[in-house]
Amino acid sequence: MKELSLNILDIVQNSIRAQADEISISIDESVASDLYRISINDNGKGIPQEIMENVTDPFVTTRTKRRMGLGLSLLKYHAELTGGSMEIKSLINRGTEVIVTFSWKHIDRQPLGDIAGVLVILIATNQKIDFIYRHKTDKGEFRFSSKETKEYLGTDTLYESALLEDIGWMIGGNLKEIGASGFNLRESYKEVI
Amino acid sequence: MSKITSLADLKKRREELKSGLDIRVKAIDPENVVQVKVAMATCGIASGAKTVMEFFLEQLERRNVAAVVTQTGCMGYCYAEPTIEVKLPGQDPVVFGFVDLKRADQIIEKYIKTGELVDGIIPVNYQSIDLKE
Repeated sequence: MKELSLNILDIVQNSIRAQADEISISIDESVASDLYRISINDNGKGIPQEIMENVTDPFVTTRTKRRMGLGLSLLKYHAELTGGSMEIKSLINRGTEVIVTFSWKHIDRQPLGDIAGVLVILIATNQKIDFIYRHKTDKGEFRFSSKETKEYLGTDTLYESALLEDIGWMIGGNLKEIGASGFNLRESYKEVI
Repeated sequence: MSKITSLADLKKRREELKSGLDIRVKAIDPENVVQVKVAMATCGIASGAKTVMEFFLEQLERRNVAAVVTQTGCMGYCYAEPTIEVKLPGQDPVVFGFVDLKRADQIIEKYIKTGELVDGIIPVNYQSIDLKE
């Protein structure tokens, strides 16, 4: 994975499979403290104790189609490359929290990438889940909730592609405002169509 | 287009969009519309499934195809990612592998719109005349 946002998209799949209806993604970054922390929190069914012991082992998964689970192990590897770490807390039927810490200044820390696009995909394809995104920098904080957005707009669903695109721009614009590092907005498809 | 930075801007924008036809919202019964599932496990995401997903979400609506786009986990074809499953109404689902934007475009224009098969079907039991020797 070239971008942290893709790792986030991947890890959130675990929360979706755990039947969470509220998934919270938080990023805290501080150049001054040399800290870049991603936390993914869900209220899903939790990780059983026997899986928890080896959860970052790539050959451990709850999946039946293939007996490998690379998501958490890849992210842990990326974090450790920068001198960081991964911590996982889980309670059965209460939820799971994955906290990954990177060194902000380390050359091996990947850029955040298209986090706005990732959130838009998650919202569009999981209409019943409330996605909460919080991003804090030395300059400020941005918070977004898909449930609150739907309530504010007076709708149960966010399907219209033009509106989804606008949500992406709104998230991107706010991240720029608070000086979030390493994010970009998606590339155009013009050369294909 | 004006800059959108807040929920209030978004609400205003939605009012403007309301007059436009949203075929996906109107498609109540998924059995009667095209269903596209994009595999979004680690293998898929690492191979470009996000871009493929964005393409289908945007282009099906833009090309007036009544469709539901959802995500699914690993379908077991990690070697052929990004993979997608397409189910036309009343037909069996078909899985396509190695889906880049060019193939995604072909899938919409040929398979979804006209029912004509395109390359990339898994398991490989079909090849278009272009690839046959």
